Amino acid sequence: MLSLNELWFLLIAVLFTGFFFLEGFDFGIGMSTGILAKTDNERRLLINSIGPFWDGNEVWLLTAGGAMFAAFPNWYATLFSGFYTPLVLLLLALIGRGVAFEYRGKVQKESWKKTWDILIFTGSLLPPLLLGVVFSDLIQGLPIDQAMEMKASFFGDIVNVYSVVGGLTMVMLCLVHGLLFATLRVSGDLHDRARKMARNLMVPLAVLVVAFLTLTYFNTNVFEVRGGILAAVIVVMIAALALAAMFSGKKRDGWAFGMTGVVIAATIAFFFIGLFPNVMISSIDTAFNLTITNAASGHYSLKVMTIVALSLLPFVLGYQIWSYFVFHKRVNEKHLEY
Amino acid sequence: MDVLMLSRIQYAATTIFHFFFVPVSIGLAFLIAIMETMYVVKGKEEYKDMAKFWGKLFLINFAIGVVTGILQEFQFGMNWSDYSRFVGDVFGAPLAVEALLAFFLESTFIGLWIFGWDRLSKKVHMICIWLVAIGTVMSAFWILAANSFMQRPVGFTMNNGRAEMNDFLALITNGQLLLEFPHTILAAFLTGAFLIGGVSAYKLLKKQNVSFFKKSFTIAMIVGVVSSIGVALVGHQQAQYLVKTQPMKMAASEALWETSPDPAPWTVAAFIDTKNQKNTGEIQIPYMLSFLSYSKFSGDVKGMKELQAEYEQKYGPGDYIPPVRTTFWSFRFMVAAGSLMILFSMYGVYLAARKKLENRNKWFYRIMLFSISLPFIANTTGWIMTEIGRQPWTVFGLMTTADSVSPSVTSGQVLFSLIVFVGAYAILGGVMVYLFVRTIKKGPYEVKAVEESHDPFDKEGYRHAIS
Repeated sequence: MLSLNELWFLLIAVLFTGFFFLEGFDFGIGMSTGILAKTDNERRLLINSIGPFWDGNEVWLLTAGGAMFAAFPNWYATLFSGFYTPLVLLLLALIGRGVAFEYRGKVQKESWKKTWDILIFTGSLLPPLLLGVVFSDLIQGLPIDQAMEMKASFFGDIVNVYSVVGGLTMVMLCLVHGLLFATLRVSGDLHDRARKMARNLMVPLAVLVVAFLTLTYFNTNVFEVRGGILAAVIVVMIAALALAAMFSGKKRDGWAFGMTGVVIAATIAFFFIGLFPNVMISSIDTAFNLTITNAASGHYSLKVMTIVALSLLPFVLGYQIWSYFVFHKRVNEKHLEY
Repeated sequence: MDVLMLSRIQYAATTIFHFFFVPVSIGLAFLIAIMETMYVVKGKEEYKDMAKFWGKLFLINFAIGVVTGILQEFQFGMNWSDYSRFVGDVFGAPLAVEALLAFFLESTFIGLWIFGWDRLSKKVHMICIWLVAIGTVMSAFWILAANSFMQRPVGFTMNNGRAEMNDFLALITNGQLLLEFPHTILAAFLTGAFLIGGVSAYKLLKKQNVSFFKKSFTIAMIVGVVSSIGVALVGHQQAQYLVKTQPMKMAASEALWETSPDPAPWTVAAFIDTKNQKNTGEIQIPYMLSFLSYSKFSGDVKGMKELQAEYEQKYGPGDYIPPVRTTFWSFRFMVAAGSLMILFSMYGVYLAARKKLENRNKWFYRIMLFSISLPFIANTTGWIMTEIGRQPWTVFGLMTTADSVSPSVTSGQVLFSLIVFVGAYAILGGVMVYLFVRTIKKGPYEVKAVEESHDPFDKEGYRHAIS
């Protein structure tokens, strides 16, 4: 039976998985407005393909943050203050991007749209990059002292070869995932080009994944600690990646999209399994690690939160799924709100 | 400047900015839901057009509310990590519930509302905007539950130097919350009402889409009069509660250095000398402060000097007097703005009831246009009084602001973030105002009529021709 601390660690992992699965394709769509779309109309189609969803998808990140705060206040405090500068950049990216979706179509002027397009592109590229960096750093270890304070240098502790590879992997994964989402939501020439680009990016994605895993072997001790189960996760990751490439080659878009979803879930699982039972690893002394015990809230708080979360989540999932059902038809030029 | 000061400036700036948009979202969602309900019940297209037109303004506003809200959730950990460690057990829970219960609801159903006009039945579409409205209100409830803990900590026990929750029910039935929540929600409805009222007045002044804006104005003024009076009544309860729970804030908001005589007079205005801890000139109304504090015309109110001595005994040496001028004047600005809104909305309802909305009211419409600023003044000063008046504490009696700040963050980092956030927000604010003005000037029918019909005998075309 899971302890409450373990359950909340798992729940936070689930929330991040939901976030990267859902907002992952939003990020991918955002990036593809810059590199796939050729005309303003195509950009609009792409943005509208995530129009009804992106805001709800982003809430997964907010909920994950809130859950960290409530269940593991020390994790939330150390991580958010320790990664201060990357989070400032993340916030700027999310702010610019969110407003851009809403405002881009409000004025029919070339310069107006261009400006928002830049924000959509960078605002969709930066978050997976930064979060990839943060997650890689988490399993690599960070200078956390006895008082749980993380005093990390921006270049070196936070931005290093390993974390950048992790960040780029996340970016590429979101991009391919988003392109495959586009194949389900748009039609005609744009659809065909999305599929083609996704297929062409499968090889670079595979290279990044392998590079990331190799560097993980040298830069972290996760394989020593949890080698067996991580090997299984890696098998799933690689198999899903291969299947995604295969399905997209056979024009089975839905299956291909599902498979990149599996790769994302496996990647997040990889990070969280690598961490467990720690939530942050100290590079100074393992005694200073933040764990699911020493970073956690009290038993009462966790119990209350468990009851609240488990009774609310089914409804949340229910109406979110319903909203995808309502908008299951491909977007067309007649129904563009953004 | 040090990390503490920079962090406080950043927190104040980003939160005040965020709270320009939040009440507008709450208020407009509610008013739009009323309009769409009237459309569903009465079947008149004009109500649908109203929901759509005010919906445009709502969405322009909502986007900024959402994105600036993300920053709010992050900055507790980023800038106030020691605070987060200390109260996370209690404070984090309502934040997590807010995301689960409210953010998912409003974000999902706003998507359905925007994109669902043609895909959902009338009734289901109406339910979507009601769910958005309910989501915004629930969001307010949970974040105010967290804030109320800072004003009056309840439902916790101290364990290993941290506050740990031991009574969730006490946390969400905090007396502070039961007053703060209705006060804030009614203020938000009032904000929506004065925004719609002011814009409608401007359009009526210009004699554009008269029927449309008369109806909008009437709905807004009815909501306005009910909520402005409600805000004041709850506010009176809050003052009485404040005397009991945070007497220092009460004394500071009255610039009351010495304990008052019995009965206590209310100071309308004062020259405040914080250095010598006295007022060099005052205008007072006898009995009023006793009434504000106890709902009767007797009873004294403790002054700051006496409270300072009490607090020193209780909490050890330190300065427990908040910035008096700011607290004093923000309270007065709030009350003044609130009182004006009661008057104006009452007069607005009177005009509407007498069917006098078209005749000779130019001066009143102009006043209403400028009165759009009133709810924003009241909202902002109200929060400044609440938060500044609580200083030096973040959690009253438990943790000071100075102890709350992140130890690992440098002043360089905070200076950087302060500059980029304030810069980004300034641009956003400018863009938002530009889009608001543009949308308002275009009015509800222009685009539609041009795009869909040039035939004056067609329904929309006809409306275009007369507007």
